[in-house]
Amino acid sequence: MGMGIDIRNRMAKRASEEIQNGMVVNLGIGIPSLVPNHLPSHLNVMFHAENGIVGMGQSPELGEEDENLCNAGGFPVTIRDGASYCDSAVAFGMIRRGRIDVTILGALQVSQYGDLANWIVPGKKVPGMGGAMELAQKAKKVIVVMNHFDKNGSSKIVSRCTLPLTSAKCVDMIITELGVFEVTTTGLVLTEVFLPNTIQEVTKLTGCEVKVTESIRKIEY
Amino acid sequence: MEKLFGKLTNLEKVMPFFHDGMSLMFGGFGGVGSPPSLIDAIIEKNVKELVLIGNDTGFPHIGIGKIVSLGRAKKVIASHIGSNPVAGKLMNEGKMEVEFSPQGILAERIRAGGVGLGAILADIGMDNEMVSAGKPRFILNNKEYLIETALTAEVSIVFAKKADPYGNLIYDKSARNTNPLVAMAGDITIAEVEEIVPLGSLNPDEIMTPGVFVDYVIPSKGVNWKWAWE
Repeated sequence: MGMGIDIRNRMAKRASEEIQNGMVVNLGIGIPSLVPNHLPSHLNVMFHAENGIVGMGQSPELGEEDENLCNAGGFPVTIRDGASYCDSAVAFGMIRRGRIDVTILGALQVSQYGDLANWIVPGKKVPGMGGAMELAQKAKKVIVVMNHFDKNGSSKIVSRCTLPLTSAKCVDMIITELGVFEVTTTGLVLTEVFLPNTIQEVTKLTGCEVKVTESIRKIEY
Repeated sequence: MEKLFGKLTNLEKVMPFFHDGMSLMFGGFGGVGSPPSLIDAIIEKNVKELVLIGNDTGFPHIGIGKIVSLGRAKKVIASHIGSNPVAGKLMNEGKMEVEFSPQGILAERIRAGGVGLGAILADIGMDNEMVSAGKPRFILNNKEYLIETALTAEVSIVFAKKADPYGNLIYDKSARNTNPLVAMAGDITIAEVEEIVPLGSLNPDEIMTPGVFVDYVIPSKGVNWKWAWE
């Protein structure tokens, strides 16, 4: 909201670069759902859905929707060759057993330690955690793609989350409209900035201590 | 055909199983794979004070959401209510209790109930107050787990694509979701199905829920709600 589709797609495109051939990937709703549009066609990727699909494909053509073939958000999808269906227990067995290579999620807040808050706004919105806790805790790599600021203009990257946690110390990478951050054992590191933002601006606008990697990448799209 | 096992019946015959205050488990995920005819009949019978157990509360006019939106549930055990704002409103007004369980843990709790286990050990949401509150912890091989209790219900309702007279079930694509688990966890399990086929016509290798778990099979009138994407 308030953000052009080009910026959302820029973030989705950057996230797509984390996906490699043969990976099993789970995408959250919102910006993460744009990621498949940016994947090179030669990559063989299996998209996993919590409701029991491995191998989701493109959205169906208008009029070709199948009400019994939907993603976890309830929207119609198709499947690719090699896809399979399973029940919910098996779908989450894949997650807890560590078979999901990458999950790309939205967030309300992420701390410099990789603590993730993405499921509850006390007194306002209590939707339930759905499958977010399992994905955040058990996926091999957790990437958060989110707006850098909340609607009050405050940084959503914080030194300590004030919202209830989905899971502690689980996020590996944060992609916002300003840049890319990696969560390391020594703290948060800015690894890339989206031009025309400057390193100084991005670190200043981020709500916690940020180190800057020596080999910082400046991305222009 | 129906005399074979006494499971093939109709909506009218199964309605006496539904009563005020009962626990009712339902298959489905966002309404996909929830049994439309049984849901409508439960509404029509004005069954109240239900304890509902299932993945989510659907959408206000889709799936189990139709029952929830009418205020017929006193408690819901689910992983998500976000797609049904009425459920959130009832919860905030104190008119409906909601017990949240992480989605895959909820599925396993239902599965555990369905396969005769008392509980499972899980490490999801250990440091989350809402998930871990009141649950005993257990240390096994130097690792700490929450004890998550199994779930069963007086009646389970599921939606399948095909059934034979023994109640063997086959589900359709992603409409399978929680249905095979829910089918095992009811004291009485009622399957609403799109098609009833003769005994022997289902490939035994392809049956997803063995009829052992299914008590009654009724024909579906089909989905009569408009999907959110339509």
